[in-house]
Parts: sequence; C-alpha cells; structure tokens
Amino acid sequence: MNTVIDAHNISKVYNPTTIPVYAVNNVHLHLQKGEFTALVGPSGSGKTTLLNMIGGLDRPDEGNIFINGIDITKLSANELISFRLQNIGFVFQSFNLIPVLTAKENVEFIMQLQKASKQQREERVKTLFAQIGLQDKLNERPSRLSGGQQQRVAVARALASRPQFVLADEPTANLDTKSAFNLLDIMAKLNMEENITFLFSTHDQRVIDRARRVITLVDGRIVQDTAEVSTQHEEAAAVKT
Amino acid sequence: MWLLQLAWKNMWRNRYRTLITMAAIFFAVILSVIASSLKEGIFNNLVKNVVSFYTGYAQVHKRGYWNEQILDNSFETAPAAEQKILQQKNVAGITPRLESFALVSSGDVTKGSLVAGIDVEKENAITGLKDKLVQGIYLKSTDTAILLAQGLAERLKLKVADTAVLIGQGYHGATAAGKYVVKGIVKFGSPELNDKALFMPLAAAQDFYSAYGMVTSYVLSFNNTAAAEASVIAMRSSMDSSYEVMSWGDMIPDIKQHITADSNNMKYVQGILYMLICFGIFGTLLMMMVERKFEMGMLVAIGMKKIKLMVLLTVESILTVFAGCIIGLLVSIPVIYYLNRHPFGIGGETAKAYERFGFEAIFPTSTDAAIFINQGLAVVAMGLLISLYPVYKVIRLNPVAAMKK
Ligand SMILES: Nc1ncnc2c1ncn2[C@@H]1O[C@H](COP(=O)(O)OP(=O)(O)OP(=O)(O)O)[C@@H](O)[C@H]1O
Ligand SMILES: [Mg+2]
Repeated sequence: MNTVIDAHNISKVYNPTTIPVYAVNNVHLHLQKGEFTALVGPSGSGKTTLLNMIGGLDRPDEGNIFINGIDITKLSANELISFRLQNIGFVFQSFNLIPVLTAKENVEFIMQLQKASKQQREERVKTLFAQIGLQDKLNERPSRLSGGQQQRVAVARALASRPQFVLADEPTANLDTKSAFNLLDIMAKLNMEENITFLFSTHDQRVIDRARRVITLVDGRIVQDTAEVSTQHEEAAAVKT
Repeated sequence: MWLLQLAWKNMWRNRYRTLITMAAIFFAVILSVIASSLKEGIFNNLVKNVVSFYTGYAQVHKRGYWNEQILDNSFETAPAAEQKILQQKNVAGITPRLESFALVSSGDVTKGSLVAGIDVEKENAITGLKDKLVQGIYLKSTDTAILLAQGLAERLKLKVADTAVLIGQGYHGATAAGKYVVKGIVKFGSPELNDKALFMPLAAAQDFYSAYGMVTSYVLSFNNTAAAEASVIAMRSSMDSSYEVMSWGDMIPDIKQHITADSNNMKYVQGILYMLICFGIFGTLLMMMVERKFEMGMLVAIGMKKIKLMVLLTVESILTVFAGCIIGLLVSIPVIYYLNRHPFGIGGETAKAYERFGFEAIFPTSTDAAIFINQGLAVVAMGLLISLYPVYKVIRLNPVAAMKK
C-alpha cells in the first residue's frame, strides 16, 4: 500500500504539571498517497497541533509518526528541518511568502534550498504558475497580490519541492468565498491530475464539502472519519457482490 | 549568491531602519575617529610644541648633568660620539648646545636669562629657530651677536641692533662678561621660554663662558617621533656609560603625566560613546527581530536550515555595518584633514593652563592612518558583536512558537 502518513497513538499534552490540556489525545491516523482530506473540528479541538506534529514542526509527547516509513519522532531538530524541506509542503493561513521576493522568487526559493539548478527551477516555476493560473503575476511582490493569489503562490511554493504531501492549516481562513473556492479548485485539480496528497484543516463548511475524506476532531480525539465509513460501504458493497 | 541577493533585499525592506542603523554606525565612526584623532593630535602637538620649543625629543648629556645643570658637567665635543649617535636607527639629526645662565642688562634693567650657545644651522634644522624670528635676522656661526626672546627683549626694552650686556659665571669659576648686539627677536609659544631665552652662536658662547670645545648637550631629532621613546631605550644600551640619554618624557615628566591622565579620561568618553551607539544599533535590531519573527518561523518551518538563516542575517548585518563604517570613514577623512589644517582653538583658563605647560592652546587633529583603521575596526567589531544577537535568537527559534499569533 502507498501509506504516506501513519500516526500511531499520538498525544500532545500542554501544562502537564498544572492543569493538563490534551491538545491531541491518542490519535491514530493513516493517509494514503493521493488523498484529499479535511481535518475539521471546533476551535481548540487540536487541528493545528495535530498538523504541526505530522509536519514535523512539533513533537508528540506520546506515539510515533511514520512518513513514508520513516519515524520522524526519532529525528533530531536539524534532521527534521531537512526532512521537511524534502518531504512536506506547507501552506499556512497567511503570510506564507517572503515579502521582499517576487512570486516567482518565492517559489524558486524552496528549490534553491534544495539546490536545484536554474534550469530545473525555471521549468518547474513555469509549470506551477500555469497550474495556479498566475503566469501574469510572476514578477509581482506579495504585497501587490490579493490574499487569494498569495495563497495560490503558497500552494505553488509547497509543491515546488515535490513533497510527499501538502499540509495546509486553514488555508482559506482569510479568504473571501470566491477566492476560497478558487484555491480549493486548484488544490482539487492538482490532487486529481497530479495525484498530490493534501491534508488541510478548516472551519469552512463549503471547503469541507469539497473534501473527499473528512476527519473530525473534538477535544483532541478523532470522533469521526469518513474514510472508515466509506471503507465500511466498500466492504459492504464487496460482500454484496 | 541568492542568499546574498536576499540579504540585500532584506536590508531595504525597511529602508528607514537600515538607514538608522547605518547612521548610528556612520556617526559612531565619525565621532570616534574625531575623538581619537583629536586626542592623538592634541598630545602629539603638545609634545611637538614643548620639545620643539627647546628640549627636542631626546638629549644626550654627560652623566649627571640633568640633575645638576652646571657648566662643570659639560663635556668635550667628540665628533666620533656625534657620528655614533647619528648612525642610530631613527635618529634624523643632532645639534650641540652649551647652556647656562647669565644676567642680561640694558640701561638700568637687568634680567636673568637662559643662554644657549647653538650650532646655528643644525639648531634651526631641529627646533626651527629661524621660523620663530619676528624681527631682525638669524645668526651666522661666526657672529658674536644674540637672538632675544620677545618677552625678554620687551622687559629689557631692547630692539634689533641695540646692545645688551651679559654677565655670568664661566667654566671652572671663570668670570664671564661681554657686550652683544641684538640681531633678532624670536617669539616662543611658551611664556617661560619667551621671558628667558637668549641664543648666541656656539663659538661665541664657548668664548663667553671660557668653555672652549665644550658642550652641555646634544639635542636629537627623530624620523619617527612616535618611536622616540623606543629609540632612546635602544641608544642607552649602545652608548658609552659616561653619557646619559634622556627622552622628552624623562626631561618633562609633568607633560607625560598630563598626557596619560587625559588619555584615560578620553577612554571613558569614548566608552560612553560606544555604548550609546551600541544601544542604538541594538534597538533597531530588536525592532527587526520582532517584525520578522513570523517570517523566520515560516522559513525554518518550510525547511530553511537555521545555519542558512543565521548566515543570511549576518550578511545583512555585515553589509549594513560595513556600509555605515565606510561612509563614516570617507566622510571623516576630509573632516580630520580640515581640522588638522584649521585646528580648534580654546581660550580662557584652560588656555592659560596649557600655556603654563609651554604649549599653544590649539587642538589640531592627528591624520595618522592607524586612527582611521583602529576606530573603523572597533566600530565594525562592535556592530558585528551586537549582530550576534539575532543569530542567537535564530538558534533558539521554535517555528511553531514564532508563527503563533
Ligand atoms: N503552546 C500552548 N500552550 C498551552 N496550550 C496550548 C498551546 N497550543 C495550543 N494549546 C491548546 O491546545 C488545544 C488545541 O489547540 P489547537 O491550536 O491545536 O486547536 P485548533 O483546532 O487548531 O483551533 P483553531 O481552530 O482555533 O485553530 C487548545 O485547547 C489550545 O488552547
Ligand atoms: Mg488552528
């Protein structure tokens, strides 16, 4: 199987000595290559904490996280940085881009960190900007782009490094409806056409509706996962035939 | 290369902040260069003034002369010894003197004076006596005439071409007396010398004091006056023990003490200056770190190695600090040269105090290249040291915490 993310029993506790807060409580999570998954839940339910741990930005207090079979909880801080660069694409809620660089330079930046050649970068930038539909904004600074356009550039930047998957924490939270849909369309298209794996958190019902799998967190626990439902359906279907 | 470009772009992301930092460094360089160049210049000028009035940077006497400055402690001019001194490293010139006291009278006024028998040409080469002439003409070695210091001439009401009568005690108790025509009047910055000094050709002085072939001192000049003390120490070990070699610091210890004390005061002033500048730069760095905290967290989150981020910040600091420093140096060079040509003057009590030391109350700057280099380096070093703060912050950077709103 093409398991990309395999999180076992992970927990994150804040203030363990005073009033412990289980931001993430004993979570199991499996993601296959090519999934398009939304992580939903009320504010404070632990979405950001879970995404940060899967992205190697934060460490769980318990459990292990395997990315393509590598246990990232065993990596040193420095190894994690390199791991993130090579394996994970990030889209944050806002301020994703380096303000002094143009859209194109922002996307190239991550490939420069990867030491890609100029030619490789040029080709990749061309493809990615075509995919996000911003070929005419290549040389604009972020401040001259709309919020939606900035997020699209952030998606391009996340993909530029050819990661195993893309993590996006509330990527549409600061966008108007039209821009939010537009961003989702682009992500969905990349998922369909390029088989890019996306895991994103959101509050937004319209965004949730576009997801193919929805995982619901409450108080740090997974209370619902549509993948399991669909698996049951599939099994049921399989039994029938 | 791309890191360098990014650093350059980052520098100008907040133009005012970078300009403020550069300005802080710029003024730090200018002020510290001016401060230390003034310090150096004033001291050098003080020493130069004092030694060129009379003492010279160093002197050679018969051992014991300095403690008991009498004619009986004179020595015979020895061309071999003179030659030997001239061959010493750094020694530029040498001139013999026969120095003693005499009473000078004109009409019913009599004054004590310091008589110096001099080799007219060599003396001029070392102490520039001819330039001090304000009236009349300079001596010739065969003259039996005198040059009077201006103050002394005024007290004696003597003018050029008048005659003065000298009475004193000669070598081995002989009586010294003579009549001399005043050939010129010389002016000294030092009130003490201006009120006492009297010059005559060496031969005339030896004749007056019946000290034929004798001198009391050799006055030396150096190529590099800053190394005078070191050269004196070197000479002491190579000279015959019947001579004593003294530097200006040995002969005028109060000037030396004054310089050391003032020099220390200046260090405090500079220390405070440096501290103010450091706080200025630090403030702008703090501002920058706050402004860029989220972005730096984001960069590390997406996979930028901390070391790269540290290099980036350091390059930004280096560019800012060097730019400020170089502009500061470029501006300070003409300022320093200008202040060297057109020195500050002072008045009042301070001026009088300086004059008591026998020194003109002007503050020229020193144009020694070492000052620009040292002060430039000091400011660069401070700037870079403070720039370690962001580097330290990056080491401790936690991307999750940095990106928290
Ligand atoms: N650094 C921290 N220290 C203490 N508690 C924290 C910290 N970070 C998060 N928490 C707590 O952990 C819980 C989960 O927070 P998290 O940010 O993961 O929630 P979320 O689902 O992303 O919420 P939102 O939808 O508001 O972004 C919350 O109760 C929060 O208060
Ligand atoms: Mg969150």
